[in-house]
Amino acid sequence: MDIIVCIKQVPDTTEVRINPETNTLVREGVPSIINPFDENAVEEALKLKEKHGGKVTVITMGPPQASEALKLCIAMGVDDVFLVSDRAFAGSDTWATSYTLSQAIKKIGSFDLIICGKQAIDGDTAQVGPGIAEWLGIPQVTFASKTEVIDKKIKVERMLEEVNEVVECPLPAVITVVKQINEPRLPSLKGIMKAKKAVVKVLSAADINADLANTGLKGSPTSVVKIFTPPPKGGGEILAGDTSEIVEKLTSKLRERKLA
Amino acid sequence: MGIRVILDKCTGCTLCVKSCPFAAIKMEDAGPAQEGKRPKKKAVIDLNTCTLCGACLPSCKFNAIEITHEKREIAGKENFKGVWVFAEQREGKVQSVAYELLTEGKKLAQDLKTELCAVLCGDQLIEEEVVHLFAYGADKVYLAVHDELKHYHTAPYTRAIAEMINKFKPEIMLIGATTLGRDLAARLAIRVGAGLTADCTGLAIDPVKKILLQTRPAFGGNIMATIQTPNHRPQMATVRPKVFRKSQIPNPKSKQGNLIKFSPVINAADLSVKLLEIIKDESVKVNLAEAEIIVSGGRGLGEAKNFKLIEELAGILGGAVGASRATVDAGWISAHHQVGQTGKTVSPKLYIACGISGKIQHLAGMQSSEIIVAINKDPDAPIFKVATYGIVADLFDVVPALTKKIKELRG
Repeated sequence: MDIIVCIKQVPDTTEVRINPETNTLVREGVPSIINPFDENAVEEALKLKEKHGGKVTVITMGPPQASEALKLCIAMGVDDVFLVSDRAFAGSDTWATSYTLSQAIKKIGSFDLIICGKQAIDGDTAQVGPGIAEWLGIPQVTFASKTEVIDKKIKVERMLEEVNEVVECPLPAVITVVKQINEPRLPSLKGIMKAKKAVVKVLSAADINADLANTGLKGSPTSVVKIFTPPPKGGGEILAGDTSEIVEKLTSKLRERKLA
Repeated sequence: MGIRVILDKCTGCTLCVKSCPFAAIKMEDAGPAQEGKRPKKKAVIDLNTCTLCGACLPSCKFNAIEITHEKREIAGKENFKGVWVFAEQREGKVQSVAYELLTEGKKLAQDLKTELCAVLCGDQLIEEEVVHLFAYGADKVYLAVHDELKHYHTAPYTRAIAEMINKFKPEIMLIGATTLGRDLAARLAIRVGAGLTADCTGLAIDPVKKILLQTRPAFGGNIMATIQTPNHRPQMATVRPKVFRKSQIPNPKSKQGNLIKFSPVINAADLSVKLLEIIKDESVKVNLAEAEIIVSGGRGLGEAKNFKLIEELAGILGGAVGASRATVDAGWISAHHQVGQTGKTVSPKLYIACGISGKIQHLAGMQSSEIIVAINKDPDAPIFKVATYGIVADLFDVVPALTKKIKELRG
């Protein structure tokens, strides 16, 4: 069972703060982390390997420093990693990103399963996993909260709004996983030593035979017009008093808006 | 394609350094200091770190940063006409988000002086729903009928809708950002060669270019980005449910419309994913994503059984029960109730947070709600920063009293 996991290095959005004076992002000291859902993807791949044997390969598309995230995956116990990195990839939207990753996957070769996190916490699009599946022409199963591999099929429980759905999908396929699927392991000491010595292999645009019409800013159908910080909500009103006064005030506010 | 600092215009003010979400801009000395003056500094962009996101452009008061785009014109984009809304149905009923999008889509269609169309997929029985789509403003309904479209699966839906898009060429396609909608849209966009923007909370038509401006939160809601798809058609967007309100009274005059029925060709290969089972969660009384009112409980509840206070208040308000991640992780309530980045993103008219401190992951999932009521003992809890009405008190006093009061008011 050969598994390829796609990860993204992201700024830890929980550490991002807004400077109230300038109303801009304060990102000094904001650490880069592996996208949390992608850690679940790595964990699920390692679990499936432990059960069925095979190999786990992790890839990421990003700038040179994204190799740090790949080294963390080595420390977690994956077999091989690739950094897909080229100036030609800068400015990629989800179209170009999913194309580039699918080209890298074709280059790496054989696989039974591709696992991605359901979305990245910086962009929150949830579009790259299904995009890769479409470029590769294989089925997708999104929002997986449980998996079981039987023969050449994978049984997946999907977490939807109100219910969970169990589907069966032939391999090879792409699955995207939710946080509830597992608890990612911590790196082992042995893994950390291995990661220290590891040299991360880099795949360039030429290495993966990328058509530059589909990569980077030029290959991206969407582009950013502007980025702004949302106006601070502020202006909230504190309802004070004893319990009955508070309840009185709140219900009258809600009744004004026909909500109670 | 690329980014550069125009050194003649750069004054060394450092505003761009603060604006960069990726720490890709630094100030460097620009030549030797002149006598009696401090050395001049200029902004330098590290191209290995820069993602060309464009956040620095508006920060520069001197227009000293420029991103150059190589334009890739797609031939015949003017042949794409009309605003399409995907009418998501579950168990044969069109979902509320489709009506919200028709209401908003009508405005976009008017701005573009074009028609508003709904796209509905299902088996033979689904035709009964068409009348509602006309009532909410659709001029035309494209109806794909096939037994395999009764229940949503990625491949047959993608096949059917891609066929319609290629044939009828809409300029805009809106899809609700539900689990189903996001699964579909991401695949469909690649299939038809469209640009796709995820989970939008604002839509408008650029008055000059006549293209769709799609605004969405990113970085956990810390920043907003406006995205465009200048050269590809259709311009696709998934749109967060409940952000737009569906029109209160569907327009009875527009009940007539043009119905275009269509039998898609679905390949055997499209049916390779099989639904085995649907596991219902009995604790879910009202769907969070569709709810007008949500009452959420956090760690302040202390233990699992106290969720009944939340359930009672939600019940009397006709709302859904939400939960913070901490309570789900502690096993007090099932994960279907979780609001926040690892759970659901919701945007109800009223969100009542009880005993929730308001970590940024939780705020990312609910701060676009219209009215937020926060009840927490800790006056410094971050939830109060987004609250419309803050109540610094013990939820065990306030919540039962509120339930009782609303019960009385409702008789």
